[in-house]
Amino acid sequence: MNFANQVLQWFLDGAHWQGDGGIPHRTLEHVAMSGASMLAAAMIALPVGIAIGHFGKGGNLAINLSNIGRAIPSFALLVLAAQLFGIAAGSQVVGFGAVPAFVALVALAIPPMVTNSYIGMREVDADVREAARGMGMRERAVLLRVELPIALPLIMAGIRTSAVNVVATATLAALVAWGGLGRFIVDGFGLQDYPMLFAGAIMVAILSLIVEFSLAGAQRLATPAGLRPSKPIHKEEPLGTALDTAAVAA
Amino acid sequence: MLATGVLGAVEDPWIRWSWISGHVDVITAALVQHIQLTLIAVVLGLVIAVPLGLVAWRSRILRGPIFSLTGILYTIPSLALFSALVPFTGFTILTAEIGLVSYTLLILIRNIVVGLTSVPDDVREAARGMGYRPLAELVQIDLPLAIPAIVAGLRIATVTTIGLVTVTALIGEGGLGSLIYDGLLRDFKTPLVVGTALSVALAFVADLGLAGAQRLITPWSRARATI
Repeated sequence: MNFANQVLQWFLDGAHWQGDGGIPHRTLEHVAMSGASMLAAAMIALPVGIAIGHFGKGGNLAINLSNIGRAIPSFALLVLAAQLFGIAAGSQVVGFGAVPAFVALVALAIPPMVTNSYIGMREVDADVREAARGMGMRERAVLLRVELPIALPLIMAGIRTSAVNVVATATLAALVAWGGLGRFIVDGFGLQDYPMLFAGAIMVAILSLIVEFSLAGAQRLATPAGLRPSKPIHKEEPLGTALDTAAVAA
Repeated sequence: MLATGVLGAVEDPWIRWSWISGHVDVITAALVQHIQLTLIAVVLGLVIAVPLGLVAWRSRILRGPIFSLTGILYTIPSLALFSALVPFTGFTILTAEIGLVSYTLLILIRNIVVGLTSVPDDVREAARGMGYRPLAELVQIDLPLAIPAIVAGLRIATVTTIGLVTVTALIGEGGLGSLIYDGLLRDFKTPLVVGTALSVALAFVADLGLAGAQRLITPWSRARATI
């Protein structure tokens, strides 16, 4: 029987769709863990990045944060978190790895969102800000009605980068005894069950692409009409920041 | 250091210096393999990205597909890509490099296109007026002026690759990742800390090295692309 057929058979096996180890439950775990980490990280990162951008202080920190974040391997981050937030690492007791996985994913998601929201706020044209003040807008209105809408596409780009990165790294979390879709891959390695391994890889890839494309769409929608480029050139990506670059895959 | 040594009698300390001094050869081998895997990936990535970048720059029709395809490769999580390859290419360096090279492409091609696009039209006009042929213009005018952007991409690709190499420990390669994986499997912190610290250090050294090299070869641009 050829390999593609084996993978297909694996997907068609009803047992793989039931219970705590089934595809629906694992997908739900993966999405819930990614969503919860993203929410927590956004609640920390966005106010910080926006504030730094608005007040113009601490810019170096905002920019260096994502460089430092990129240098720390997410695999190492997960294993370190597992040691710090105490599970018996390496044990296969699924569920016990939830806390370290959550902590590592939050830590991983923060830097791109801080950096991008900072740059988004800094890139608001000083003349535009002046004009808003000249029109009699108060500081709050300048922030909420001028700066934030203009910065929104870059803020969204940061969220997208983080989200794709988080979904990817949540896969690795199966290594620190957590569930999610990575379980199929890690167990596939362990049992040398290549159809399961491959099926897990496909599901993870599809989930990542769904997240990437839907957030790319959201980013486009978030761009104020007046800022949409008439031709899709790479203006929104200052060199060297990989702003719009989708996530560094785990 | 003394304190951790004393604590070590009770529980696993973060650093057990005796393990490090006894495993210098293992650590060195891991570091060397890490550098090799990274170098191969980045060099091969560049070899593939330069022609694709030139095509994407010149051809509006092919630009979309090139960016979409490399973007999809970039989005697929590393563990998924490596493990999807294992049934076909096994636990080999080939599996590792296919994955690692794939991840460099989007970053490199994007920066090559951005760099070439940012060459001012006046400069290009002037070159043509001075009698430069298309190939000479590309090699002597366009590419040198695109170097800051290309190196910026190279730096991101290199740092990213150094991080991703650690994941290849799961498919039997790994460089410093094999120390991290060892730490995970044996629930032993020292190799984990050593592997992580060296990987981060390697990323910073490579990043600074490339930034320095760029400054040397493009004295006319003062770190325009260093953010």
